[in-house]
Amino acid sequence: MAEIALTGEERAMQAGEMGWPLSWAINHQLQVARMFDAPDLVAVGQAHMMADPEAVGEAGAQFMEDLVRHGARVRIPTITDPRGVDLACYHPLGQTEEMAGLERRIIAACTGMGILMTNTCVNYQTIMPPVMGEHVAYGDTGVVIYSNSVCGARSNFEGGPSALAASLTGRTPRYGLHLDGNRRATRRFVVAEQPRELTDWGVLGAVVGERAGSYWQVPAIEGLEVVPNSDQLKHLGAAMASYGSTPLFHLVGITPEARQLSDVGGDRLEPETVSAGMMNALRSRFGATGEKVDVVVFAAPQLSIVEMQQVAALCRGRTVAVPLIVCTSPQVYPDAARHGFVNTIEASGGMVLQGTCFYNQFAREIGEANGWKRLLSNSAKIVNILGGYGYEPALASMERCVASAVAGEIR
Amino acid sequence: MITLACHAGIGPRTEGYALVARDNFSARYDLDRNRGIFSRPGHVLAGRSYRDMILVMNTVKGGVATAWMLYAMKQGGVCPRAFLFNTANAIMAQGAALADLALCDRFAGGDITELVRDGDYLVVDPARGLVQVTNRS
Repeated sequence: MAEIALTGEERAMQAGEMGWPLSWAINHQLQVARMFDAPDLVAVGQAHMMADPEAVGEAGAQFMEDLVRHGARVRIPTITDPRGVDLACYHPLGQTEEMAGLERRIIAACTGMGILMTNTCVNYQTIMPPVMGEHVAYGDTGVVIYSNSVCGARSNFEGGPSALAASLTGRTPRYGLHLDGNRRATRRFVVAEQPRELTDWGVLGAVVGERAGSYWQVPAIEGLEVVPNSDQLKHLGAAMASYGSTPLFHLVGITPEARQLSDVGGDRLEPETVSAGMMNALRSRFGATGEKVDVVVFAAPQLSIVEMQQVAALCRGRTVAVPLIVCTSPQVYPDAARHGFVNTIEASGGMVLQGTCFYNQFAREIGEANGWKRLLSNSAKIVNILGGYGYEPALASMERCVASAVAGEIR
Repeated sequence: MITLACHAGIGPRTEGYALVARDNFSARYDLDRNRGIFSRPGHVLAGRSYRDMILVMNTVKGGVATAWMLYAMKQGGVCPRAFLFNTANAIMAQGAALADLALCDRFAGGDITELVRDGDYLVVDPARGLVQVTNRS
Protein backbone atom coordinates (compact mmCIF):
# COMPACT_ATOMS: atom_id res chain seq x y z
CA MET A 1 0.00 0.00 0.00
CA ALA A 2 1.50 3.36 -1.05
CA GLU A 3 2.15 5.94 1.65
CA ILE A 4 -0.22 8.91 1.66
CA ALA A 5 1.73 12.12 1.12
CA LEU A 6 1.09 14.53 3.98
CA THR A 7 2.20 18.12 4.54
CA GLY A 8 3.85 19.21 7.76
CA GLU A 9 0.59 20.69 9.02
CA GLU A 10 -1.28 17.49 8.22
CA ARG A 11 1.31 15.47 10.14
CA ALA A 12 0.87 17.81 13.09
CA MET A 13 -2.89 17.27 12.95
CA GLN A 14 -2.38 13.53 12.75
CA ALA A 15 -0.06 13.52 15.75
CA GLY A 16 -2.54 15.42 17.90
CA GLU A 17 -0.35 18.53 18.12
CA MET A 18 -3.29 20.70 17.03
CA GLY A 19 -5.86 19.23 19.41
CA TRP A 20 -8.18 16.24 19.52
CA PRO A 21 -10.80 17.50 17.01
CA LEU A 22 -8.22 17.88 14.24
CA SER A 23 -6.54 14.63 15.21
CA TRP A 24 -9.88 12.79 15.01
CA ALA A 25 -10.76 14.51 11.75
CA ILE A 26 -7.58 13.79 9.83
CA ASN A 27 -7.22 10.25 11.13
CA HIS A 28 -10.81 9.60 10.08
CA GLN A 29 -9.97 10.93 6.64
CA LEU A 30 -6.80 8.86 6.40
CA GLN A 31 -8.69 5.63 7.05
CA VAL A 32 -10.96 6.44 4.10
CA ALA A 33 -7.98 7.58 2.03
CA ARG A 34 -6.22 4.23 2.53
CA MET A 35 -9.31 2.25 1.59
CA PHE A 36 -9.55 4.08 -1.73
CA ASP A 37 -5.81 4.46 -2.40
CA ALA A 38 -5.82 8.26 -2.23
CA PRO A 39 -2.34 9.65 -2.89
CA ASP A 40 -2.85 12.71 -0.69
CA LEU A 41 -5.44 15.14 0.61
CA VAL A 42 -6.85 17.98 -1.47
CA ALA A 43 -7.90 21.40 -0.18
CA VAL A 44 -11.67 21.98 -0.37
CA GLY A 45 -13.49 25.30 -0.59
CA GLN A 46 -16.77 24.40 1.09
CA ALA A 47 -18.35 21.63 3.11
CA HIS A 48 -22.01 20.65 3.29
CA MET A 49 -22.96 18.44 6.21
CA MET A 50 -25.90 16.13 6.70
CA ALA A 51 -26.79 15.92 10.38
CA ASP A 52 -30.49 15.29 10.86
CA PRO A 53 -31.34 13.90 14.30
CA GLU A 54 -32.85 10.65 13.06
CA ALA A 55 -29.56 9.74 11.39
CA VAL A 56 -27.23 11.30 13.96
CA GLY A 57 -28.99 9.89 16.99
CA GLU A 58 -28.01 10.35 20.60
CA ALA A 59 -24.55 8.89 19.96
CA GLY A 60 -23.75 11.27 17.13
CA ALA A 61 -25.05 14.25 19.09
CA GLN A 62 -22.75 13.37 21.98
CA PHE A 63 -19.86 13.00 19.56
CA MET A 64 -20.43 16.48 18.12
CA GLU A 65 -20.82 17.95 21.61
CA ASP A 66 -17.47 16.41 22.54
CA LEU A 67 -15.87 18.09 19.54
CA VAL A 68 -17.29 21.45 20.65
CA ARG A 69 -16.02 20.93 24.20
CA HIS A 70 -12.56 20.33 22.76
CA GLY A 71 -12.65 23.57 20.80
CA ALA A 72 -13.51 22.34 17.30
CA ARG A 73 -13.98 25.17 14.77
CA VAL A 74 -14.58 24.87 11.05
CA ARG A 75 -11.88 26.25 8.74
CA ILE A 76 -13.96 26.61 5.59
CA PRO A 77 -17.54 27.71 4.89
CA THR A 78 -19.66 24.83 6.12
CA ILE A 79 -23.40 24.58 5.60
CA THR A 80 -26.04 22.04 6.52
CA ASP A 81 -28.46 19.69 4.82
CA PRO A 82 -32.15 19.77 5.88
CA ARG A 83 -33.00 19.31 9.53
CA GLY A 84 -35.29 16.62 10.86
CA VAL A 85 -37.51 18.90 12.93
CA ASP A 86 -38.98 22.25 11.92
CA LEU A 87 -38.91 23.74 15.41
CA ALA A 88 -41.74 26.11 14.46
CA CYS A 89 -43.98 23.26 13.34
CA TYR A 90 -43.44 19.83 14.84
CA HIS A 91 -46.47 19.07 17.01
CA PRO A 92 -48.79 18.97 13.97
CA LEU A 93 -46.64 16.21 12.47
CA GLY A 94 -46.70 14.11 15.61
CA GLN A 95 -43.05 14.74 16.40
CA THR A 96 -42.12 14.61 20.07
CA GLU A 97 -40.32 16.90 22.48
CA GLU A 98 -37.54 14.29 22.60
CA MET A 99 -37.03 14.64 18.84
CA ALA A 100 -37.06 18.42 19.09
CA GLY A 101 -34.66 18.30 22.02
CA LEU A 102 -32.17 16.21 20.05
CA GLU A 103 -32.53 18.60 17.14
CA ARG A 104 -31.77 21.58 19.40
CA ARG A 105 -28.63 19.88 20.75
CA ILE A 106 -27.32 19.17 17.26
CA ILE A 107 -28.02 22.75 16.15
CA ALA A 108 -26.18 24.03 19.23
CA ALA A 109 -23.20 21.80 18.50
CA CYS A 110 -23.08 22.81 14.84
CA THR A 111 -23.30 26.53 15.56
CA GLY A 112 -20.73 26.06 18.30
CA MET A 113 -18.29 24.92 15.63
CA GLY A 114 -19.13 27.81 13.32
CA ILE A 115 -21.34 25.86 10.94
CA LEU A 116 -23.97 27.86 9.04
CA MET A 117 -27.42 26.32 9.56
CA THR A 118 -28.60 26.71 5.99
CA ASN A 119 -30.66 23.50 6.28
CA THR A 120 -30.98 22.91 2.59
CA CYS A 121 -30.40 20.24 -0.02
CA VAL A 122 -30.68 22.76 -2.85
CA ASN A 123 -27.71 24.92 -1.92
CA TYR A 124 -26.64 24.83 -5.56
CA GLN A 125 -29.81 26.81 -6.34
CA THR A 126 -29.87 29.08 -3.32
CA ILE A 127 -26.58 29.53 -1.42
CA MET A 128 -23.28 29.53 -3.31
CA PRO A 129 -23.10 27.09 -6.21
CA PRO A 130 -19.69 25.49 -6.62
CA VAL A 131 -17.81 26.33 -9.79
CA MET A 132 -16.17 24.22 -12.46
CA GLY A 133 -13.18 22.36 -11.07
CA GLU A 134 -13.76 23.46 -7.47
CA HIS A 135 -13.01 20.73 -4.95
CA VAL A 136 -15.70 20.57 -2.26
CA ALA A 137 -16.83 18.17 0.45
CA TYR A 138 -20.57 17.90 0.06
CA GLY A 139 -23.08 15.69 1.77
CA ASP A 140 -26.55 14.83 0.43
CA THR A 141 -26.34 12.70 -2.66
CA GLY A 142 -28.57 15.06 -4.63
CA VAL A 143 -26.26 17.96 -3.86
CA VAL A 144 -23.19 15.99 -4.86
CA ILE A 145 -24.51 14.66 -8.14
CA TYR A 146 -25.83 18.07 -9.20
CA SER A 147 -22.60 19.83 -8.21
CA ASN A 148 -20.41 17.29 -10.01
CA SER A 149 -22.55 16.93 -13.09
CA VAL A 150 -24.11 20.33 -13.71
CA CYS A 151 -21.56 22.64 -12.08
CA GLY A 152 -18.45 20.61 -12.89
CA ALA A 153 -17.34 20.71 -9.25
CA ARG A 154 -15.51 17.81 -7.61
CA SER A 155 -16.91 15.99 -4.62
CA ASN A 156 -17.39 12.49 -3.37
CA PHE A 157 -20.41 11.64 -1.28
CA GLU A 158 -19.30 12.98 2.08
CA GLY A 159 -21.48 11.60 4.85
CA GLY A 160 -22.02 13.81 7.89
CA PRO A 161 -18.90 12.68 9.78
CA SER A 162 -16.64 13.10 6.75
CA ALA A 163 -18.07 16.47 5.76
CA LEU A 164 -17.48 17.52 9.35
CA ALA A 165 -13.91 16.22 9.21
CA ALA A 166 -13.33 18.16 5.98
CA SER A 167 -14.75 21.31 7.52
CA LEU A 168 -12.25 21.00 10.38
CA THR A 169 -9.16 20.14 8.34
CA GLY A 170 -10.07 22.09 5.18
CA ARG A 171 -9.15 19.01 3.16
CA THR A 172 -10.50 15.73 1.95
CA PRO A 173 -8.89 12.56 0.60
CA ARG A 174 -8.13 12.81 -3.11
CA TYR A 175 -9.93 9.78 -4.54
CA GLY A 176 -13.04 9.06 -6.57
CA LEU A 177 -14.56 12.13 -8.20
CA HIS A 178 -11.60 14.35 -7.30
CA LEU A 179 -9.57 12.51 -9.95
CA ASP A 180 -9.94 13.08 -13.70
CA GLY A 181 -9.87 9.39 -14.52
CA ASN A 182 -12.91 8.62 -12.40
CA ARG A 183 -15.02 11.25 -14.17
CA ARG A 184 -14.92 9.45 -17.53
CA ALA A 185 -18.10 7.76 -18.70
CA THR A 186 -18.38 4.05 -17.99
CA ARG A 187 -21.93 3.49 -19.33
CA ARG A 188 -23.63 5.07 -22.34
CA PHE A 189 -27.41 5.46 -22.30
CA VAL A 190 -29.65 6.67 -25.13
CA VAL A 191 -33.01 8.14 -24.16
CA ALA A 192 -35.95 6.86 -26.21
CA GLU A 193 -38.78 8.62 -24.32
CA GLN A 194 -38.43 12.36 -23.83
CA PRO A 195 -39.09 13.48 -20.25
CA ARG A 196 -41.73 16.20 -19.96
CA GLU A 197 -42.66 16.97 -16.36
CA LEU A 198 -40.49 16.87 -13.25
CA THR A 199 -41.57 13.35 -12.36
CA ASP A 200 -40.43 12.09 -15.76
CA TRP A 201 -36.96 13.48 -15.12
CA GLY A 202 -36.93 11.67 -11.80
CA VAL A 203 -38.05 8.44 -13.46
CA LEU A 204 -35.29 8.76 -16.06
CA GLY A 205 -32.76 9.29 -13.26
CA ALA A 206 -34.10 6.28 -11.41
CA VAL A 207 -33.89 3.98 -14.44
CA VAL A 208 -30.36 5.09 -15.30
CA GLY A 209 -29.19 4.96 -11.69
CA GLU A 210 -30.58 1.50 -11.15
CA ARG A 211 -28.87 0.22 -14.29
CA ALA A 212 -25.58 1.94 -13.52
CA GLY A 213 -25.85 0.31 -10.12
CA SER A 214 -22.68 1.44 -8.38
CA TYR A 215 -20.94 4.47 -6.97
CA TRP A 216 -18.08 3.92 -9.39
CA GLN A 217 -20.14 4.00 -12.59
CA VAL A 218 -20.52 7.22 -14.59
CA PRO A 219 -23.48 7.34 -17.01
CA ALA A 220 -23.30 9.44 -20.16
CA ILE A 221 -26.80 10.14 -21.49
CA GLU A 222 -27.61 10.97 -25.10
CA GLY A 223 -30.76 11.61 -27.05
CA LEU A 224 -32.39 14.42 -25.08
CA GLU A 225 -34.23 16.82 -27.35
CA VAL A 226 -34.55 19.58 -24.76
CA VAL A 227 -32.10 21.27 -22.44
CA PRO A 228 -33.43 20.61 -18.93
CA ASN A 229 -33.75 23.45 -16.44
CA SER A 230 -32.32 23.43 -12.93
CA ASP A 231 -35.38 21.84 -11.29
CA GLN A 232 -35.50 19.10 -13.92
CA LEU A 233 -31.79 18.39 -13.45
CA LYS A 234 -32.36 18.40 -9.69
CA HIS A 235 -34.96 15.63 -9.94
CA LEU A 236 -32.90 13.71 -12.52
CA GLY A 237 -29.81 13.73 -10.33
CA ALA A 238 -31.51 13.14 -6.99
CA ALA A 239 -33.26 10.04 -8.33
CA MET A 240 -30.15 8.72 -10.07
CA ALA A 241 -28.13 9.05 -6.88
CA SER A 242 -30.90 7.46 -4.84
CA TYR A 243 -31.46 4.39 -7.01
CA GLY A 244 -27.86 3.88 -7.99
CA SER A 245 -25.61 5.65 -5.48
CA THR A 246 -24.40 7.51 -8.56
CA PRO A 247 -22.39 10.68 -7.89
CA LEU A 248 -21.87 11.95 -11.46
CA PHE A 249 -23.59 11.86 -14.85
CA HIS A 250 -22.95 13.55 -18.15
CA LEU A 251 -25.66 14.82 -20.52
CA VAL A 252 -24.01 14.92 -23.89
CA GLY A 253 -24.04 18.44 -25.32
CA ILE A 254 -25.54 19.85 -22.12
CA THR A 255 -23.41 19.37 -19.02
CA PRO A 256 -20.02 21.06 -19.01
CA GLU A 257 -17.62 18.12 -19.14
CA ALA A 258 -19.37 16.42 -22.08
CA ARG A 259 -19.83 18.95 -24.83
CA GLN A 260 -19.51 15.91 -27.05
CA LEU A 261 -19.54 12.22 -26.22
CA SER A 262 -15.86 11.72 -26.88
CA ASP A 263 -14.94 14.35 -24.25
CA VAL A 264 -15.75 11.77 -21.57
CA GLY A 265 -14.77 8.66 -23.53
CA GLY A 266 -18.37 7.67 -24.18
CA ASP A 267 -17.77 7.08 -27.88
CA ARG A 268 -15.94 3.86 -26.99
CA LEU A 269 -18.90 2.48 -25.03
CA GLU A 270 -21.79 0.37 -26.28
CA PRO A 271 -25.03 2.39 -26.34
CA GLU A 272 -27.85 1.09 -24.13
CA THR A 273 -31.38 2.29 -24.82
CA VAL A 274 -33.53 3.64 -22.01
CA SER A 275 -36.85 2.56 -23.45
CA ALA A 276 -40.36 3.74 -22.73
CA GLY A 277 -40.96 0.25 -21.37
CA MET A 278 -38.22 0.70 -18.78
CA MET A 279 -39.66 4.07 -17.76
CA ASN A 280 -43.16 2.60 -17.45
CA ALA A 281 -41.90 -0.39 -15.50
CA LEU A 282 -40.38 1.97 -12.95
CA ARG A 283 -43.60 3.97 -12.76
CA SER A 284 -45.68 0.84 -12.33
CA ARG A 285 -43.76 -0.06 -9.16
CA PHE A 286 -45.26 3.05 -7.61
CA GLY A 287 -48.69 3.13 -9.21
CA ALA A 288 -51.89 3.06 -7.17
CA THR A 289 -54.57 4.91 -9.12
CA GLY A 290 -57.96 4.87 -7.44
CA GLU A 291 -56.66 3.98 -3.99
CA LYS A 292 -57.18 6.07 -0.88
CA VAL A 293 -54.23 8.34 -0.13
CA ASP A 294 -53.12 9.21 3.42
CA VAL A 295 -50.61 11.99 2.81
CA VAL A 296 -49.25 13.91 -0.16
CA VAL A 297 -45.66 15.16 0.02
CA PHE A 298 -43.61 17.57 -2.05
CA ALA A 299 -39.97 17.21 -0.98
CA ALA A 300 -36.72 15.42 -1.78
CA PRO A 301 -35.31 17.69 -2.99
CA GLN A 302 -36.68 20.80 -1.30
CA LEU A 303 -38.76 22.94 -3.61
CA SER A 304 -37.36 25.90 -5.51
CA ILE A 305 -39.26 29.18 -5.72
CA VAL A 306 -40.50 28.09 -9.14
CA GLU A 307 -41.86 24.81 -7.79
CA MET A 308 -43.48 26.71 -4.90
CA GLN A 309 -45.24 28.89 -7.44
CA GLN A 310 -46.41 25.82 -9.36
CA VAL A 311 -47.76 24.07 -6.24
CA ALA A 312 -49.48 27.27 -5.10
CA ALA A 313 -51.12 27.71 -8.50
CA LEU A 314 -52.47 24.17 -8.34
CA CYS A 315 -53.77 24.68 -4.77
CA ARG A 316 -55.45 28.03 -5.40
CA GLY A 317 -59.19 27.88 -4.69
CA ARG A 318 -59.13 24.21 -3.70
CA THR A 319 -59.30 22.45 -0.33
CA VAL A 320 -57.28 19.36 0.38
CA ALA A 321 -58.98 16.36 1.96
CA VAL A 322 -55.78 14.76 3.28
CA PRO A 323 -52.54 16.29 4.62
CA LEU A 324 -50.45 17.95 1.94
CA ILE A 325 -46.91 18.70 3.07
CA VAL A 326 -44.51 20.95 1.19
CA CYS A 327 -40.84 21.14 2.20
CA THR A 328 -38.70 24.04 1.09
CA SER A 329 -35.49 25.68 2.18
CA PRO A 330 -35.16 28.55 4.66
CA GLN A 331 -33.83 30.61 1.76
CA VAL A 332 -36.82 30.01 -0.52
CA TYR A 333 -39.48 30.16 2.21
CA PRO A 334 -39.45 33.93 2.83
CA ASP A 335 -39.52 34.59 -0.88
CA ALA A 336 -42.42 32.18 -1.28
CA ALA A 337 -44.19 33.95 1.59
CA ARG A 338 -43.51 37.36 0.02
CA HIS A 339 -45.07 36.17 -3.22
CA GLY A 340 -48.11 34.79 -1.41
CA PHE A 341 -47.36 31.15 -2.29
CA VAL A 342 -47.18 30.02 1.34
CA ASN A 343 -50.54 31.65 2.13
CA THR A 344 -52.15 30.10 -0.92
CA ILE A 345 -50.94 26.60 -0.04
CA GLU A 346 -51.92 27.00 3.61
CA ALA A 347 -55.35 28.41 2.63
CA SER A 348 -56.00 25.17 0.81
CA GLY A 349 -55.19 23.24 3.97
CA GLY A 350 -51.61 22.38 3.03
CA MET A 351 -48.62 22.72 5.33
CA VAL A 352 -45.35 24.41 4.31
CA LEU A 353 -42.26 23.40 6.26
CA GLN A 354 -38.94 25.18 6.01
CA GLY A 355 -35.49 23.71 6.49
CA THR A 356 -36.61 20.10 6.63
CA CYS A 357 -37.19 17.26 4.22
CA PHE A 358 -39.96 14.75 4.85
CA TYR A 359 -37.94 11.55 4.72
CA ASN A 360 -35.47 12.67 7.37
CA GLN A 361 -38.17 13.90 9.76
CA PHE A 362 -38.41 10.63 11.69
CA ALA A 363 -40.53 9.35 8.84
CA ARG A 364 -41.36 6.03 10.49
CA GLU A 365 -42.51 7.63 13.73
CA ILE A 366 -44.62 10.37 12.15
CA GLY A 367 -46.17 7.82 9.82
CA GLU A 368 -47.19 5.68 12.80
CA ALA A 369 -48.35 8.69 14.81
CA ASN A 370 -50.63 9.89 12.01
CA GLY A 371 -51.68 6.56 10.55
CA TRP A 372 -50.04 7.35 7.21
CA LYS A 373 -49.36 4.38 4.96
CA ARG A 374 -50.21 5.38 1.41
CA LEU A 375 -47.95 8.32 0.58
CA LEU A 376 -48.09 10.10 -2.76
CA SER A 377 -45.32 12.29 -4.15
CA ASN A 378 -43.94 13.57 -7.43
CA SER A 379 -40.41 12.75 -6.22
CA ALA A 380 -38.95 9.53 -7.59
CA LYS A 381 -36.35 9.77 -4.84
CA ILE A 382 -38.72 9.89 -1.89
CA VAL A 383 -40.84 6.98 -3.06
CA ASN A 384 -37.64 4.93 -3.30
CA ILE A 385 -36.68 5.72 0.27
CA LEU A 386 -39.93 5.40 2.17
CA GLY A 387 -40.83 1.77 1.49
CA GLY A 388 -38.39 0.74 4.21
CA TYR A 389 -40.05 3.15 6.64
CA GLY A 390 -43.37 1.35 6.53
CA TYR A 391 -45.06 3.43 3.82
CA GLU A 392 -46.72 2.30 0.61
CA PRO A 393 -45.38 5.06 -1.63
CA ALA A 394 -46.91 6.07 -4.94
CA LEU A 395 -45.60 8.36 -7.66
CA ALA A 396 -47.51 10.89 -9.73
CA SER A 397 -47.04 14.28 -11.36
CA MET A 398 -47.36 17.47 -9.34
CA GLU A 399 -50.77 18.10 -10.90
CA ARG A 400 -52.02 14.61 -10.04
CA CYS A 401 -50.59 14.87 -6.52
CA VAL A 402 -52.59 18.02 -5.77
CA ALA A 403 -55.71 16.63 -7.42
CA SER A 404 -55.34 13.48 -5.31
CA ALA A 405 -54.89 15.50 -2.12
CA VAL A 406 -58.17 17.28 -2.92
CA ALA A 407 -59.99 14.06 -3.78
CA GLY A 408 -58.52 11.95 -0.97
CA GLU A 409 -57.71 9.22 -3.46
CA ILE A 410 -55.04 8.81 -6.09
CA ARG A 411 -56.19 10.37 -9.34
CA MET B 1 -10.63 -23.27 5.72
CA ILE B 2 -11.01 -21.01 2.68
CA THR B 3 -9.06 -17.76 2.50
CA LEU B 4 -10.36 -14.90 0.37
CA ALA B 5 -8.15 -11.95 -0.53
CA CYS B 6 -9.55 -8.45 -0.92
CA HIS B 7 -8.46 -4.84 -0.88
CA ALA B 8 -7.32 -3.63 2.52
CA GLY B 9 -10.35 -2.38 4.39
CA ILE B 10 -11.31 -0.49 7.51
CA GLY B 11 -11.92 -1.47 11.10
CA PRO B 12 -10.91 -4.20 13.53
CA ARG B 13 -10.39 -7.94 13.03
CA THR B 14 -13.85 -9.44 13.52
CA GLU B 15 -15.54 -12.82 13.34
CA GLY B 16 -19.09 -14.07 13.10
CA TYR B 17 -21.76 -15.69 10.94
CA ALA B 18 -22.47 -14.52 7.41
CA LEU B 19 -25.81 -13.14 6.24
CA VAL B 20 -25.56 -13.18 2.44
CA ALA B 21 -27.70 -11.57 -0.23
CA ARG B 22 -27.25 -10.68 -3.86
CA ASP B 23 -28.77 -7.29 -3.13
CA ASN B 24 -27.57 -3.82 -2.19
CA PHE B 25 -27.47 -1.99 1.12
CA SER B 26 -28.54 1.28 2.67
CA ALA B 27 -29.05 1.83 6.38
CA ARG B 28 -31.67 4.49 5.64
CA TYR B 29 -33.58 2.71 2.89
CA ASP B 30 -33.52 -0.88 4.05
CA LEU B 31 -33.43 -1.18 7.83
CA ASP B 32 -35.72 -0.87 10.80
CA ARG B 33 -32.91 0.16 13.11
CA ASN B 34 -35.10 -0.01 16.19
CA ARG B 35 -35.90 -3.69 15.66
CA GLY B 36 -32.62 -4.66 13.99
CA ILE B 37 -34.21 -6.14 10.88
CA PHE B 38 -34.32 -5.49 7.15
CA SER B 39 -37.63 -3.70 6.69
CA ARG B 40 -37.78 -2.78 3.02
CA PRO B 41 -40.42 -5.09 1.53
CA GLY B 42 -38.60 -5.71 -1.75
CA HIS B 43 -35.24 -6.47 -0.19
CA VAL B 44 -33.94 -10.03 -0.43
CA LEU B 45 -33.36 -10.00 3.33
CA ALA B 46 -36.72 -8.46 4.29
CA GLY B 47 -37.66 -9.56 7.79
CA ARG B 48 -34.22 -11.01 8.61
CA SER B 49 -32.26 -9.81 11.64
CA TYR B 50 -28.86 -8.29 10.98
CA ARG B 51 -27.78 -8.02 14.59
CA ASP B 52 -24.24 -9.37 15.15
CA MET B 53 -24.11 -10.80 11.62
CA ILE B 54 -21.45 -10.24 8.98
CA LEU B 55 -23.42 -8.77 6.08
CA VAL B 56 -22.25 -9.96 2.67
CA MET B 57 -23.82 -8.03 -0.18
CA ASN B 58 -23.21 -6.67 -3.64
CA THR B 59 -22.82 -2.94 -3.21
CA VAL B 60 -24.10 0.15 -1.42
CA LYS B 61 -26.93 2.29 -2.68
CA GLY B 62 -28.57 5.56 -1.90
CA GLY B 63 -27.74 8.27 0.49
CA VAL B 64 -25.30 9.70 2.92
CA ALA B 65 -27.24 8.90 6.11
CA THR B 66 -25.60 5.50 6.47
CA ALA B 67 -22.43 7.17 7.77
CA TRP B 68 -24.05 8.60 10.91
CA MET B 69 -26.42 5.65 11.22
CA LEU B 70 -23.66 3.04 11.48
CA TYR B 71 -22.20 4.96 14.42
CA ALA B 72 -25.58 5.16 16.15
CA MET B 73 -26.22 1.47 15.46
CA LYS B 74 -22.83 0.46 16.87
CA GLN B 75 -23.23 2.60 19.98
CA GLY B 76 -26.75 1.24 20.47
CA GLY B 77 -25.58 -2.36 20.25
CA VAL B 78 -27.98 -3.39 17.45
CA CYS B 79 -25.59 -3.61 14.56
CA PRO B 80 -23.91 -6.00 12.15
CA ARG B 81 -20.40 -7.02 13.14
CA ALA B 82 -18.87 -6.42 9.73
CA PHE B 83 -19.68 -5.70 6.09
CA LEU B 84 -18.32 -7.38 2.97
CA PHE B 85 -19.20 -6.00 -0.46
CA ASN B 86 -18.17 -6.56 -4.03
CA THR B 87 -17.77 -2.79 -4.12
CA ALA B 88 -18.29 -0.45 -1.19
CA ASN B 89 -18.85 3.25 -1.68
CA ALA B 90 -17.50 6.35 0.00
CA ILE B 91 -20.30 6.53 2.56
CA MET B 92 -19.81 2.98 3.83
CA ALA B 93 -16.11 3.62 4.27
CA GLN B 94 -16.76 6.84 6.17
CA GLY B 95 -19.37 5.20 8.37
CA ALA B 96 -17.18 2.20 9.12
CA ALA B 97 -14.30 4.51 10.01
CA LEU B 98 -16.39 6.52 12.47
CA ALA B 99 -18.09 3.48 14.00
CA ASP B 100 -14.96 1.31 14.05
CA LEU B 101 -16.74 -1.43 12.14
CA ALA B 102 -14.98 -3.92 9.87
CA LEU B 103 -15.49 -3.32 6.14
CA CYS B 104 -13.87 -5.03 3.15
CA ASP B 105 -14.53 -5.05 -0.61
CA ARG B 106 -12.98 -5.82 -4.01
CA PHE B 107 -12.41 -9.56 -3.64
CA ALA B 108 -9.84 -11.13 -5.94
CA GLY B 109 -11.69 -14.42 -6.25
CA GLY B 110 -14.90 -13.04 -7.74
CA ASP B 111 -18.38 -12.27 -6.49
CA ILE B 112 -18.30 -12.29 -2.69
CA THR B 113 -22.03 -13.08 -2.53
CA GLU B 114 -21.26 -16.36 -4.28
CA LEU B 115 -17.95 -17.11 -2.56
CA VAL B 116 -19.58 -16.94 0.87
CA ARG B 117 -22.72 -18.86 1.84
CA ASP B 118 -25.42 -17.84 4.26
CA GLY B 119 -24.42 -19.10 7.69
CA ASP B 120 -20.70 -19.50 6.99
CA TYR B 121 -18.44 -18.59 9.90
CA LEU B 122 -16.08 -15.80 8.84
CA VAL B 123 -12.97 -14.19 10.23
CA VAL B 124 -12.51 -10.72 8.72
CA ASP B 125 -9.10 -9.05 8.84
CA PRO B 126 -9.45 -5.66 7.11
CA ALA B 127 -5.87 -4.51 7.72
CA ARG B 128 -4.47 -7.55 5.89
CA GLY B 129 -7.24 -7.65 3.31
CA LEU B 130 -8.21 -11.22 4.16
CA VAL B 131 -11.42 -13.05 4.96
CA GLN B 132 -11.37 -16.66 6.17
CA VAL B 133 -14.30 -19.04 5.84
CA THR B 134 -13.54 -21.36 8.73
CA ASN B 135 -16.33 -23.91 8.35
CA ARG B 136 -15.45 -25.01 4.81
CA SER B 137 -12.36 -26.14 2.93
